[in-house]
This record gives sequence, structure tokens and C-alpha cells, in this order.
Amino acid sequence: MNQQAGRTPSEAPAVSADGLGKVFRVPDGRGGHTTHAAVRDVSFEVAAHGSLGIVGESGSGKTTIARMLVGLERPSSGTIAVMGRDRSRPPRRGAERNRRAHELQIVFQDPYTSLDPRQSARSAVDEVIRHHTSLDGPQRAERLAELVDQVGLTNRQADARPCDLSGGQRQRVAIARALAAGPRVLVLDEAVSALDVSIQAQILNLLADIRAATGIAYLLISHDLAVVRQLCDDVLVLRRGRVVEQGACARVLDHPTQEYTRALRAAAPVPGWRPPGVAR
Amino acid sequence: MTDATPLLELRGLGVQLPGDGGPRAVLHGIDLTLGAGEALGLVGESGSGKSMTMRAITGLLPPGAQLDGTVRFEGEDIAAMAPSTLRRYRDRGVGMVFQDPRAHINPTRRIGSFLTEALTLNRGLGRRAAQARAIATLSEVGIDEPERRLRQYPHELSGGMLQRVMIASVLLAEPRLLLADEPTTALDVTIQAEVVGILDQLRRDRGLGMVFVTHDLDLALAVCHRVAVMYAGRIVEVRSAERMHEENAHPYTRGLLGSRPAIDHRAERLTAIPGRPVSAFEAGPGCAFATRCAHVQPLCRERPPELAPFRGGLVRCHRVAEIHQETSDGTSSQEATA
Repeated sequence: MNQQAGRTPSEAPAVSADGLGKVFRVPDGRGGHTTHAAVRDVSFEVAAHGSLGIVGESGSGKTTIARMLVGLERPSSGTIAVMGRDRSRPPRRGAERNRRAHELQIVFQDPYTSLDPRQSARSAVDEVIRHHTSLDGPQRAERLAELVDQVGLTNRQADARPCDLSGGQRQRVAIARALAAGPRVLVLDEAVSALDVSIQAQILNLLADIRAATGIAYLLISHDLAVVRQLCDDVLVLRRGRVVEQGACARVLDHPTQEYTRALRAAAPVPGWRPPGVAR
Repeated sequence: MTDATPLLELRGLGVQLPGDGGPRAVLHGIDLTLGAGEALGLVGESGSGKSMTMRAITGLLPPGAQLDGTVRFEGEDIAAMAPSTLRRYRDRGVGMVFQDPRAHINPTRRIGSFLTEALTLNRGLGRRAAQARAIATLSEVGIDEPERRLRQYPHELSGGMLQRVMIASVLLAEPRLLLADEPTTALDVTIQAEVVGILDQLRRDRGLGMVFVTHDLDLALAVCHRVAVMYAGRIVEVRSAERMHEENAHPYTRGLLGSRPAIDHRAERLTAIPGRPVSAFEAGPGCAFATRCAHVQPLCRERPPELAPFRGGLVRCHRVAEIHQETSDGTSSQEATA
């Protein structure tokens, strides 16, 4: 972890959110509108080269936060900065948009819908390298081979179209494509949730290797406390748009101070777990 | 039926589906028995055949499917049942709870109509009697204000609430066997805990036999007496839930347990199984797990292993005794150095 060793205290956080809020207008069923606050006053930081897991159940606002980070939603209040640069407002010009994409990339949950079905893995990744770097032909080919190798795809898989790949292989392609932009931050929105258990373990190991090798920062959105524990240093527990508890994984998950965090932990099936009200 | 007759018995169950270039086996030589009041877990990844086993139990296979072996319910072969008996078996013998309740409940009709339809049409109950039964059953699955729920539409209920409605609808038919196919996979973890708690309670209160299909081994161990681990359309290990963590022996079972991260610590590395799960028809002539197994020997690729007793369970592995020997030696030497 050379990059991590070179970390300096002055280095700006990879991501900082301050008082972040998002209010949606929703139909009230009587022809008018009402408002729904999906995210309320959420503040957090992801340290440079750090990793933060945002956990919550449905309706917690975790995906809305991810969407605001990548610019798919505009915050109603508060600010977001990535690598010290504000992105609370939409980019004014294409160059700014490119820079934001270069800094932060996202991998979505569903490996079956996040790739172009007509495009081979190799071509999908190459397209991004071409867009985000000024590498010449041979350098690009070298970078492409490096990425394909880094995410553990074989050459044959890299030439295949998504329909000929399994879910785990597609998720490797999505990760390679995100890395191709050379981002400093990777948002993983339930990126291992749809995978089979044995494949999920492979991808979790892969993501840990990539972070160790590149010093990229992760922001993992997940409903699964164990996945967060495995991949992240810090965790933020979210419920109905508000922060319940945040801190180092070991502290929050081993010694939760909030009732809701305890309830989440107690509900997760682990060895020896029994459903509530069940005795044998 | 005598007391010795199991509620459900699968013998040599196999299913072949039509595919390009001939039939493809998706299920192979499944032997299982289930008694009344017993909960059996079927655990596996994509293509392991767990859902197809459920479909075979109900006799609801895809068009063109070919069934081998037998499925007996209370001693009676369902393939030999007269149409009226089979209908009665599906109606009152076995109840099914699926992953996505929204896909199985008509969104245009009220909950009350969904719950009482079968009671008034098939059981000849009056509307009021049927409603009273529905209200009592909704209370039993932990739904508050059941009278109000009857007047609501499915979209007004959360996923967890709707899954309880689904379970209530199954209970109203008073089945002896409950088939639950990933019943909590689409639910939040706190709701999942409540729903499996309800299923477990109902099984004990009503003496139901339950087959619980899931990809989550720890969840299955929490609600089942016995768990069968499936891979590529075959059962590779059967063991009591209590002993699974201590006595698991098949390399695939061990791989599954090692793949799952823990909440209370970070593993240096997860012991991931290489490759991807294969379907039954992709498996070679030998052991279906051979392509991913760390302990593979030439014999494993040549001849399929049988499901054989090992340390209180059943394991389908040629090398299980040697592997057990090696790994338990490994543990003791680690302890010695530590």
C-alpha cells in the first residue's frame, strides 16, 4: 500500500458531505403535490484512500446519497465535495462534467442491466480509457490489458458480449469500466448484493486487492452489515434519511450506542442466530 | 397412512428440461424425506436446482420437462394421482410462499377478496364466516388492524406486510406441508427476522412440515432442523442444522461457509471458491464440483461420488475422509504453534 504510506495529513478528504438533504415532490393522490424528505442533514467524510460503508434498509436514503454523489440528483440542501471540489450544483460545461467523472465512478447493483448488451467488455472499457486519458494506441492497449487482468477476466471473457457472461463476470467488467476513468473514488451501490455467495466473496476479495494496490477510496452503499465490515474502515448507519450512528466499523458494529444499530445487528442471520421469539 | 409414512418423500428425483441438442438434466438423484412438524432447508446458489426441487414437489414443472423418480406425499405418488386428487393436494396439502409476494397477489383486488376467494368458492363458507377466518389468520401472522387490511389494496402494504398476507392466504387452506422459496430474500433484514420468526412459530403451532429454500446457509440453519446443500442439481451434503458449523465436510459446504463475511470481524481474505456455479447439464462425468474444488484428484473427474454417511451426515465426495483428516490435522498443528 505505497499510496497509503505516502498519505499526508493535509490531503483533502476523498468525499465530504455537509448537511446534505434531498426533498422530492410527490403526488398526494388528490391532484396536488406533497414533499418527501429522502435525505435529511447527512454529513460524512471519506478520507483519502479511505472506505466508508453506508448501511440502511429500504427507504433509508442510501441510494439517493449515491445518486447525488454521481450527479444524478441535485441536493436540495447542504454540500458535497469530491477531492475538495464542490459538486453540489450541476456542472456548467462539458470539461467540468468530465473532470467529475474522472474523479468519481460508480458500480451499480445489477450486473445484468448496467452494460450495453451489444458491446464487448473490451470495447466498453476501451471507450472509457479513450474518453478519459490521452494515451496513444499502444499505451491504451497496455492499460486495457492491465485492467482486464486486474479484475480477473480472461482474454476470452473480455471479448465476449454481456449475454455470454455470468453475473460475477459482468460485475468484473463494470468494475474495470469504472476504473478505466482513473477515479480517486469508487461508489459501489449494492455492487455485490445480487451475486451468488461464492461469487460475492471473489468480488469482495478483488475490491480489497484493488484498493490496496491503487489507494482508491470506496463509498459502499449496502444493506449488509457483514459486507460493510469486510470492505470498509468506517460505517454510517442511515434510517429514514437521517444518520443514526457513524464511526469506525469495529466501534459501531461491536459496540453500537443506538437502538436501531443494535436491532439491525440482531436481525442479521449469523452462526447460532435464532429468529425472534423462537426457542427450540 | 401410518405413523411411519413420512409427510414427503423424494426418491431418485430427477428433472430434464428440453434444450438445444436434447434434454438437459437440471436435477439429479434427489433423495429426501420430511416428517410432519419438521423443517428442512435447501441451500444452494444459482442453478443448484433448489427451486426446481420445489416445482417437482408440487408437480408444476415447465412444459416439456421430464420427471424421473418419485415424489410421495403422505405415501401417495403424485405422478399417479387422479386429477381431482392432485388438485386437492395442491389446494389443501401443500402451501407455497414465494420470494416476491407482489408478483403473486392480484394488484387490482382488495386483500379481503384475495384472502376469502378460495374459502367462499371452494370451501363453501359464507362471506362473513370467510372474513372472520381471514381476520383471525391475519392476526396470527402478526398483522395489526386486520379488519382495515381487508379493505386495502396490495400497493398500500409494504413488502413485509404483503408477505405476511401471502403466508396468511396459504394458512387459510390449512396445508400440512409448507414450501417457502426464498420467502425473505426481497425483504429488509429486520423484516426478514420477523417473517422467519412467524414461519417458525406456525410450523411448531400447527405441526406443519416445511421445506425452506434459501441461498443463505446461516438463515437456513436458524430455522431448519436439517439442511441439504445443493450444487449443480445434486445434494452434496445433508446434516442437522445444529451440527453443520462443527461437522461440515463437503468442500463446497466449507467454501460456502468461508465465502460469507462476518459482522464481528474482518477476514484477512475470504476463502472464495474459484470459478462460478455450474448447472447440472454443464457438469462432467465425475463430481460436479470438481472444476472448483481445491482437493480434486483424477478419480473425482472420472466417476460421480455417491451421497454416503459421514460423521453423522450425508456427504457426496470421494475424498471426504482424507480431506477431513488433512484439515483436522491442520487445525491441531495450528493450535500447537499458537
